[in-house]
Amino acid sequence: MSESTLRTTGVTKTAAVSREIEAVPVRRPGRWAASAVMAFLLVFLLQGWAANPRMQWATVGDHLFAPVVLEGLGTTLWLTAASMAIGILGGVVLAVLRMSDNPLLTRLSWLYIWVFRGTPLLVQLLFWYFLAAVVPHVGLGVPWGPTFVEFDTNRLVTQTSAALLGLGLHEAAYMAEIVRSGITSVDDGQSEASHALGMTRRQTLRRIVLPQALRIIIPPTGNQVISMLKTTSLVSVIAVPELLTSIQAIYSRNFQQIPLLTVACAWYLLAVSVLSVGQYYLERRYGRGSSRDLPPTPLQRVRGSLATRRPAPLEDR
Amino acid sequence: MRTNTATVVRAEGVHKSFGRTEVLKGIDLSVSAGEVMCLVGPSGSGKSTFLRCINRLERIDAGRLYVRDQLIGYEERDGRVHELDDAAVARQRRGIGMVFQRFNLFPHMTALQNVMEAPVQVRKESRAEAEERARSLLARVGLADRAHSYPSQLSGGQQQRVAIARALAMRPELMLFDEPTSALDPELVGEVLDVMRGLADDGMTMIVVTHEMGFAREVGDSLVFMDGGVVVESGTPADVLGSPRHGRTRSFLGKVR
Repeated sequence: MSESTLRTTGVTKTAAVSREIEAVPVRRPGRWAASAVMAFLLVFLLQGWAANPRMQWATVGDHLFAPVVLEGLGTTLWLTAASMAIGILGGVVLAVLRMSDNPLLTRLSWLYIWVFRGTPLLVQLLFWYFLAAVVPHVGLGVPWGPTFVEFDTNRLVTQTSAALLGLGLHEAAYMAEIVRSGITSVDDGQSEASHALGMTRRQTLRRIVLPQALRIIIPPTGNQVISMLKTTSLVSVIAVPELLTSIQAIYSRNFQQIPLLTVACAWYLLAVSVLSVGQYYLERRYGRGSSRDLPPTPLQRVRGSLATRRPAPLEDR
Repeated sequence: MRTNTATVVRAEGVHKSFGRTEVLKGIDLSVSAGEVMCLVGPSGSGKSTFLRCINRLERIDAGRLYVRDQLIGYEERDGRVHELDDAAVARQRRGIGMVFQRFNLFPHMTALQNVMEAPVQVRKESRAEAEERARSLLARVGLADRAHSYPSQLSGGQQQRVAIARALAMRPELMLFDEPTSALDPELVGEVLDVMRGLADDGMTMIVVTHEMGFAREVGDSLVFMDGGVVVESGTPADVLGSPRHGRTRSFLGKVR
């Protein structure tokens, strides 16, 4: 067969099967050039970093799974979880107070948010840590009357509890605003419908308003969790043995700052990545009912693209 | 048709203001058991506000409003009127179903869950019992096959029918409809009116704020025309629609038809 007949049959075949356009895409030389420059720079930097003998990759490897580092990571993780728990709980309470009919409660909530959002977290952490200096004893009893139990503030507010107070109470102020925006985003008609069915305000909040507010609340809360995970490193200033503190303790002995900080970064990055995946699925779950179809998960997307890929055209060359 | 003459709703000089605007300027009317009363009037006439006062979604400023001889939102004892707390108001609302213009279905629940919610949470029915009844109510409004659909997957007419089933699940003795077909595409209005007609035939006491004069004439036992926060005239739908006595009624009906 001659080449011209082959081409003709090829064309007729495609036209018979479908009318799909098989156009030659527009050439974009600028894009190619930019990609090449970026790829070159990336390789150059990575190679320089990886091949630098002072990076002490052996030290990185040695400490990546060191028990002290893993313990520090564990502390970072539970500190994140506990502080966020305090923050979310406090945030819901503050938001509900802020939106209550009682003007005193509304103003108290406003005052709290003003103070805790208006001062640096680092200062708050130090403040809780040094609280014993101004309040040496904390007791339970009748105000201006007898005291039943009394604690030494230094015992009660340890480094860990100072860290929890500092991170949690600061977070509550931010969470309050997030929760409030979520609650106000729910249409008034929802509460009205719920009230008309005979549900109390409490039932309405719990069963109707909060579940819908969650859809608005969850994405920024996910960001707050990720941010909190990194912010816990601040508590190294009050010597709570979390990830950064453990790392600092090691490099203060062997002076391998950059290799050890690389270890810290690796763990922070891994933890944040895991949280991001969790956030994606959580958002998906709370998106129920908001749209007709849920977006596919990344896994489904991969499967889908594999399934729809057209088989290679059968042509003889 | 009036099966008995017990009074379900009685309003005496009901006043309501929003800030400085007086929306209701003394409403007197009564609704008997089994009666279908249609409230018509121009927008801003106060008809929706009055409806919302009946189940205490709005608090009245003056007058008395009774449902089944129970003062709504207040309690009279020791010669004084006491405001009812949240729980007591919620208890009064149980027997009063309401259907809204914009459906207000709970978007995070399926049709079935929407209907089951109040019986389970408020009446403390068992889930099995509530589900069985919810399914039969959905069947009654013609949506047995959409039990597991979310509101966003239903048409406006279907959503409104679920909303009616949701209100009926509380076994109300009075149903309030606040312009139930105004947010619907014209071809979906019929299916909702059919359900309401069925309810009226079963003897449900209904107060319907509507612009559907055909429905008012055909299903309504009485028709009340409101304007500017007062009842301008009332009577049987045939009388009011056929030979309105007031100029305002005439001009309004002239524009609606």
